[in-house]
Amino acid sequence: MDLLSDLLLGAQTAFSVWNLLYCLLGVFLGTAIGVLPGLGPTATIAMLLPVTFGLAPETALIMLAGIFYGAQYGGSTTAILVNLPGESSSVVTALDGYQMARKGQAGKALATAAIGSFVAGSIATVLIAFFAPMLAEVALVFGPHEYFSLMVLGLAASVVLASGSLLHAVGMILFGLILGLIGTDVNSGEMRYTFGLWSLADGISFVIVAMGVFGLGEILSNLENETERSTVLTKVTGLMPTRNDLKRIAAPVMRGTAIGSVLGILPGGGAMLASFASYAIEKKASKRPQDFGKGAIEGVAGPESANNAGAQTSFIPMLTLGIPSNPVMALMIGALIMQGIQPGPSVIQEQPVLFWGLIVSMWVGNLMLLVLNLPLIGLWVKMISIPYGFLFPAIVAFCAIGVFSLNNATFDIWLMGLFGIAGYVLRKLDCEPAPLLLGFVLGPMLEEHLRRAMLVSRGDATTFVSRPISAVLLILALLLIASILAPQIRAKREEAFQDEE
Amino acid sequence: MQGHRTKDFWAGVVYVTLGLATVILGRDLPMGSAARMGAGYFPTVLGGLLALIGAISAARGLLRPGEAVPRIHIRPMILVIGATFFFAATLEWLGLAVALPIAILITASASSTFRLAPVPVVGLVLFTVFCVLVFVRGLGVPMPMLGTLFGA
Repeated sequence: MDLLSDLLLGAQTAFSVWNLLYCLLGVFLGTAIGVLPGLGPTATIAMLLPVTFGLAPETALIMLAGIFYGAQYGGSTTAILVNLPGESSSVVTALDGYQMARKGQAGKALATAAIGSFVAGSIATVLIAFFAPMLAEVALVFGPHEYFSLMVLGLAASVVLASGSLLHAVGMILFGLILGLIGTDVNSGEMRYTFGLWSLADGISFVIVAMGVFGLGEILSNLENETERSTVLTKVTGLMPTRNDLKRIAAPVMRGTAIGSVLGILPGGGAMLASFASYAIEKKASKRPQDFGKGAIEGVAGPESANNAGAQTSFIPMLTLGIPSNPVMALMIGALIMQGIQPGPSVIQEQPVLFWGLIVSMWVGNLMLLVLNLPLIGLWVKMISIPYGFLFPAIVAFCAIGVFSLNNATFDIWLMGLFGIAGYVLRKLDCEPAPLLLGFVLGPMLEEHLRRAMLVSRGDATTFVSRPISAVLLILALLLIASILAPQIRAKREEAFQDEE
Repeated sequence: MQGHRTKDFWAGVVYVTLGLATVILGRDLPMGSAARMGAGYFPTVLGGLLALIGAISAARGLLRPGEAVPRIHIRPMILVIGATFFFAATLEWLGLAVALPIAILITASASSTFRLAPVPVVGLVLFTVFCVLVFVRGLGVPMPMLGTLFGA
């Protein structure tokens, strides 16, 4: 069996003492920072990214993945305990999780989230091990046309999933694409939009954009409603769910895993969609739908599993196609590129240690989450209760030092500040930053593939629709866009985003 | 006429400005042809599209009722972003051990709950020591602990 020997290779990598240690450290740091109210996984990873620069590529990626699950689980903890979801996908968890906590069942809710996440994560990891190599094989026949169309599809999906106006999301993507082009043009060596500044010759690091727009921008938004922060914390008791509880959550966890695994693969940030879809389904499937919103354990189990499964499978397009499906994966791609690895279908062949090591460590990381989080819950509660007034100056300090350490240049700190202002102001105008980051990462790739495709077809743009795979991808993108313009779905989408608020 | 207060209108204005700026700043870049695209081709197309999107959004903002732009809080923005600028400007001169706590104090004053009390000050000192130890000593980030002002 090929798969077995591959997994064995992965196990050897993942179980090396250092990788285990960094995975543990990643999960721990990710959770510790992820539980802090107002810090989602994107900001957490952006902040911790510089820590991994000195590591070997596989160790760095293993640690980053650990940070990612940790941050996600930490976000759910905060959502359950203080009703402050740090990211959109734990909004759903807050609905019933917080109600459970208010009824004194905080421990049960947390355990449910942890168990659901673990089961979903384990299953999704197996799915990745099976399907990622297959997809990569398909992707090997992809030419520049197919890549271009695939990226267009990814961007279209991110438009659909962004809340708020369609027009604004498209605008943010275009702005991101343009920002991504700043620096030296790889084809001609021409300097573009550098304003004569040498510091811009290599382009802007995506970490600067992410920290500015997500980190600083979010802090500025949070500072507006400081007083609204509820610090009601219930004492966490009764962690172990009863046999009856386990029975109740079994089906929701499996359904959530299935939904999450499928939606997570879709480009454009499926994790949030997955948790919404799972919640809706559990509510429909439940014999007591009236309990939802009042502390139904199924309403925590389903979405949490879906969320985690989606987070896991979103690695598939990133690892096999080199295309990020959400801002977090965009950060991962950036991290890979910084390590000198070009993400794409050849990664599995050329970097088997990295690929399989990461997959096995995903499972290890999920296990660590389960083992680590329940006993440490007291510590997380303490972290959550740190007043924001102490927290955000420390975050700003870490961002500034972290950005400096990228190129050892103070110029980057200035740039991050400017992006912070841009992020805050754009948020005020309902322009979401997530599509901007996706566009930013995809910009250079999109141009590269477009140029190659046009060169191959001698300037004939119709080849994008005459090549079958490319045509299918473009039609899918078109359908996606058309679907939000259709009145019925539009109403549903607005409804879903209304719930979020 | 809804007036000029809507999010749509202002987002449109921002997009048009950015789009036009992209086109104008890129006008000296070689365009090339569709088959052999020059450095200016792709950005010019993107800039044009962005300006177009912006124009539609602005028009929609003028014609259709929409949400007004919520208040932009200037004070926290100046303090928080200003603190990062201060840190960037004085890092070489003051060094991490001095520039960092000052920057943190500037940042912290953006909060409405900001008070100078003994506990936070001790925390600030400890945090600075932690950062110096971890980043300068531990991770070897090449930033001076004390800057040129102190003869380092």
